[in-house]
Amino acid sequence: MSYLEYSVQATPSGFRKILYLNWPLALLLTAVACVGFLMLYSVAGGSFSPWSEAQIKRFLIGFSLMITVAMVPIWFWRNVSGVAYLGALAMLLAVEFFGAIGMGAQRWIDLGFVRLQPSELMKVTLVMLLAAYYDWLPLRRVSHPLWVAVPVLIILAPTALVLGQPDLGTAILLMAGGGAMMFFAGVHWAYFAAVLAAAGGLVTAVFQSRGTDWQMLQDYQFRRIDTFLDPSNDPLGAGYHITQSKIALGSGGWTGRGFMQGTQSRLNFLPEKHTDFIFTTLAEEFGFVGAGALLVLYALIIAFCLHSALTNASRYGSLVTLGMAMTFFLFFAVNMSMVMGLAPVVGVPLPLVSYGGSAMVVLLIGFGVAQSAHVHRPRSRR
Amino acid sequence: MRRPRPQDRLESSRKITRRGLILAAGQLGVMGVLGFRMRYMQVDQADEFRLLAEENRVNIRLIPPARGEIFDRNGRILARNEQTYRIVMVREDAGDVDAVIARLSRLVELDPDELEKAMTEMKRSAPFLPITLADRVAWEDISRVAVNAPALPGVTPEVGFSRVYPLAADLAHVVGYVGPVSDYDLNRIEDPDQLLRIPRFQIGKVGIEAKMESQLRGKAGARRLEVNATGRVMRELSRREGLEGANLQLTIDHRLQNYVQARLGEDSASAVVIDCETGDLLALASSPSFDPNLFVSGISVADYKGLTENPYRPLAAKSVQGAYPPGSTFKMVTALAALESGLIKPDDTQYCPGYLEVSDRRFHCWKRGGHGHVDLEQSLRESCDVYYYELALEIGIERISEMARRLGIGVRHDIPLSAVAQGLAPTKAWKQQVRGEDWLIGDSVNSAIGQGFVLASPMQLAVMTARIATGRAVSPRIIKSIDAVEQPSGAGASLGLNENNLRQVRKAMFQVSNNRRGTAYSNRIAEDTMRMAGKTGTSQVRNITAAERARGVSSNDQLPWDRRDHALFVDFAPYDAPRIAVAVVVEHGGGGSTTAAPIARDVTLQALYGDDPPLSAYPSKDRGRIRAQQERLRELRPPEDVNGKSRA
Repeated sequence: MSYLEYSVQATPSGFRKILYLNWPLALLLTAVACVGFLMLYSVAGGSFSPWSEAQIKRFLIGFSLMITVAMVPIWFWRNVSGVAYLGALAMLLAVEFFGAIGMGAQRWIDLGFVRLQPSELMKVTLVMLLAAYYDWLPLRRVSHPLWVAVPVLIILAPTALVLGQPDLGTAILLMAGGGAMMFFAGVHWAYFAAVLAAAGGLVTAVFQSRGTDWQMLQDYQFRRIDTFLDPSNDPLGAGYHITQSKIALGSGGWTGRGFMQGTQSRLNFLPEKHTDFIFTTLAEEFGFVGAGALLVLYALIIAFCLHSALTNASRYGSLVTLGMAMTFFLFFAVNMSMVMGLAPVVGVPLPLVSYGGSAMVVLLIGFGVAQSAHVHRPRSRR
Repeated sequence: MRRPRPQDRLESSRKITRRGLILAAGQLGVMGVLGFRMRYMQVDQADEFRLLAEENRVNIRLIPPARGEIFDRNGRILARNEQTYRIVMVREDAGDVDAVIARLSRLVELDPDELEKAMTEMKRSAPFLPITLADRVAWEDISRVAVNAPALPGVTPEVGFSRVYPLAADLAHVVGYVGPVSDYDLNRIEDPDQLLRIPRFQIGKVGIEAKMESQLRGKAGARRLEVNATGRVMRELSRREGLEGANLQLTIDHRLQNYVQARLGEDSASAVVIDCETGDLLALASSPSFDPNLFVSGISVADYKGLTENPYRPLAAKSVQGAYPPGSTFKMVTALAALESGLIKPDDTQYCPGYLEVSDRRFHCWKRGGHGHVDLEQSLRESCDVYYYELALEIGIERISEMARRLGIGVRHDIPLSAVAQGLAPTKAWKQQVRGEDWLIGDSVNSAIGQGFVLASPMQLAVMTARIATGRAVSPRIIKSIDAVEQPSGAGASLGLNENNLRQVRKAMFQVSNNRRGTAYSNRIAEDTMRMAGKTGTSQVRNITAAERARGVSSNDQLPWDRRDHALFVDFAPYDAPRIAVAVVVEHGGGGSTTAAPIARDVTLQALYGDDPPLSAYPSKDRGRIRAQQERLRELRPPEDVNGKSRA
């Protein structure tokens, strides 16, 4: 696909593009972010500082960036995909090597208004590069082993770096997101079946490696898995997070204890109450109704993305939109599973709700690319 | 740029749509799982998690109840709770702890040991918990701290309660004392009250404080506090007040008790005054005594050593815990047993040559030359031993012991005091069981005059005397009322003894004190309406060997203190209408007539008059000495109850 395909007449231009944005999607994102502001206000004990205020500022910046990115034609983003990916990879290497020397164990680069984690940026650029790759690759070659190896390398390079940080959550997100891109692009089933089988084998191997010289995970990662499998084992130690999180969530009931009435979070029983575990506060204060409502908002975001992707005749546009939706889905699915005790604690924030700048800004930039794909989608002349 | 073929574009679009929908279905499935999980946890398991959250959040703190107070029979307070002040410090409010403590020590004297303990405690505990720097601080110190509060951040005075015994040593053996709960206490008590786990909580250790602990303690209240994850108290959710401990009123008359205690002085002695009709214990004295207040705040090692190493055993409540051979005071028991058996008439005489040979062993009378022909009245009046040896041979030990138990010796009286002695009225079976030996005839002979195996506590002797005086099974009572509810009186049913026999014994006892030849004639009461009937007793604590008897029995003055005889005296008065019975035992005091009888007379008169008796109640030759004694003892009286706190 290229700009030559587009009918200049049918594609909006100039500031008129704003009218062609996927507004329902933008409003849904804003709604989710507002849930975040509200919860951050609550866990701070009814105060905009220290979290809610900063979060609002970052959202406004992120939202502006999303609009800005959406205004830029999609073919530009397609063409810079490779550069963006390489840039993110370089930054990952930078924090990996210089970070270890110069900045302690930091995983981020300070951009002033936000501390950018290259691993967050990588989630978006990986989707963009893979979309561009499959846009370029003729469909009949998609399942050719040689052409499968290329995206696998593209995925594994940042995954390896992130795993070395170590950040298991992001690594899982990158692998799953990249794998989903390959699936959307039409890579043969057999590859996925093989990978799943291999993953099963790997998990077994990882557990077998425990306590030996070639141990594949850090001890604390093993402990997290143990804790996940049986949190009651160690209720005050490693199991504390998950036990308290489940108590908070479960005690919400149908309608919750009411805004700012969540005893678990207000009395500090909840760890990381403003970041990874913010969902528990929502669930405690607004109950099943509130938590379910957030899930519905997320589902609607996915649905609008899916609709946008499936009605987009541009291969790059569809793939990048589906990829963003998938990344977003992985974020909240992993986070919710984690706080509800369905998955080990792997340090994945609740998208747009958890306090934290880079994840939100990068996600909004990613949605900006998807918006651009939506605005600049090919339109047939009628 | 290469343009894709149209069929490729169509194929691509179809594939993306298909695969997109497949993954969307997968995502929907995952969201469904999440939704169901939410529903399961928040709806199905909500109650369970609510409970867990509540347990997390709510911390229950006990409110110690006010301990019940103890009053005497006239409403004078004997044990009360006094507000005490302590200085506590909260580390996180203090900032620079050392600087604040330095400033504080310039205002208030801080004990270095206590301070060091506080500092280590402070390092261990959470920064928001108050730590006691000084306990039992004087009010002036507290006010100095309050005035300087701005310079002492984190330091606050706190109010607590502490047990105080205003009459100090007078009732130490009766009321007892409280002290902090020890591990021993916790192990001893089954299913201990949660209250006992409170640091510094005090429970009764001995005496009524210990025996009436369950009534005095009350029930703990509780505060439900909301705490955060680190245990900091956020607010009080609810408060349930506890139940105050019950107030006790004793049968003791604190003025009489004070007098008796002072009259016993520093001798190792004890005295009991009991109401003949009701069994109320009016005084229960044991000397030397000690200050129970020392124990409340933790007694110093030196003080404690002084108490335990004193040969006069100040910590023992001898009036109820001491078990002594009653000596001649037991003769009423033998006499009554003989009369009741019908084998002996009051007028029957025995011949006393000064000794009696029983199975090759010579049993001596205290009077070397003997009493000659002796009837019942004379035998008691002059305390002839041989008369009772003969009775024992005639009636046997079982009748004597049975009578002893009827009169309250060798049976446990149910009063709430520590280690109440049961005494002993020996029987053949008892000796067989405990000693594994056969009863010897000589044992009966010894028992007849209250020696040998016979043991009685001063309280039992008082009970015996009261029972002889009234002919009824009077039993001792020390708790008059609990929270103003009168407790059952100790007045008992008739003993079923022949009134004539009793009258004979009482008459003989009257003669002991009022007949010119009676052993206690010199300690008689001169006032006609107050005449007493008594009996002296001198009980040996050693065997007198034949050799010693040959060269002349050593007098008590020549013996070391702990080898001397115990001096005893029992009496009831007034003779015509008995109101009180008294028993006095002076350990190793020498003779009953010389040591115990004067004390018993003073105590009896004091009890009858309720105050210092007029000198006219004493024989004229004693009046000068008694006047001086009254003046001396008046000095030791407790001040009148200025608080006027008389309730019960």
